Amino acid sequence: MNNVNSIELDQTDRTIINVLQGGFPICAHPYAQVAKDLGLEEDDLIARLQRLKECGALSRFGPMYHAERLGGGLTLAAMKVAEDDFERVNEIVNAFPEVAHNYARDHEFSMWFVLATETPQRIQETLAEIETATGIKVYDMPKSEEFFIGLRLEL
Amino acid sequence: MGMMDIDNEDLALVETICGGLPLDPRPYHVLGERIGLSEDDVIKRLQNMIESGVIRRFGVIVQHRRLGYTANGMSVWNIPDERVREIGERMGHFPYVTLCYHRPRNLPEWPYNLFAMVHGSDRDTVQAQVNELANELELLDVEHDVLFSRRQFKQCGARYGNKRRGVHEQCKFD
Repeated sequence: MNNVNSIELDQTDRTIINVLQGGFPICAHPYAQVAKDLGLEEDDLIARLQRLKECGALSRFGPMYHAERLGGGLTLAAMKVAEDDFERVNEIVNAFPEVAHNYARDHEFSMWFVLATETPQRIQETLAEIETATGIKVYDMPKSEEFFIGLRLEL
Repeated sequence: MGMMDIDNEDLALVETICGGLPLDPRPYHVLGERIGLSEDDVIKRLQNMIESGVIRRFGVIVQHRRLGYTANGMSVWNIPDERVREIGERMGHFPYVTLCYHRPRNLPEWPYNLFAMVHGSDRDTVQAQVNELANELELLDVEHDVLFSRRQFKQCGARYGNKRRGVHEQCKFD
């Protein structure tokens, strides 16, 4: 935890995050309910969440959707991009609004991005457009089966 | 998969919630006011979307890097097809695995068919956790690798919303 970008959290912040990673109530006064469960005041909980959002500890607060069930398309794609070509390709790929996440990884397959499109058929079209724009083959790795999507880390 | 039973009001709700849940004592009332729905209706619609699986989780997602989990490794495994489900389900139970998917191989260049995202405070920790997965699940003989992330360039999220009304909202999606 000695990274300069790390954020200082106190025990109450950690508890709030750990609890809310597991879900948030859907009722008229949800903050009051969570605050009561944690032994906090409602306005204290809201103020802490405000701070956690502002300092970037939380990347989102709300629903996480199942893209396909909303009618959209989703895939993971990878490209073998040479180190000295990376900036060029990166700029082209990130300019596509359908590219949601893009990670550089230490591997021959060096660029990994998630494509999220409004319709399933747009996935193949977008992959083809990226190939044409970059001149580099794109490997499509859609999920066949999902075993776990926790995205939760105990703090 | 189709659109389930999503109607225009649901889509409007999806769009208006994109920026995050309002930090107001009555967040669902605030959302409803923006799109002309009652608080009760918003609550019912959200509950329905959770039940039908359109919303898979409702809560907070942490920014791993900002909280000290600065290393993330995508562990990839070449598992015999008939064992991929069993192994995938077991991998998901380890606390440092946040995502686990079966994906197709791209032979001959890409032999791996199981992907498990592993988070830790540094690369050595992530590598040790991947070694633990291999040990505990008896996968030492299985071809595997870890792809560490160097940089993250874009995390702006996916587009959802109602194209019919010409609204293109950027919603974060993980």
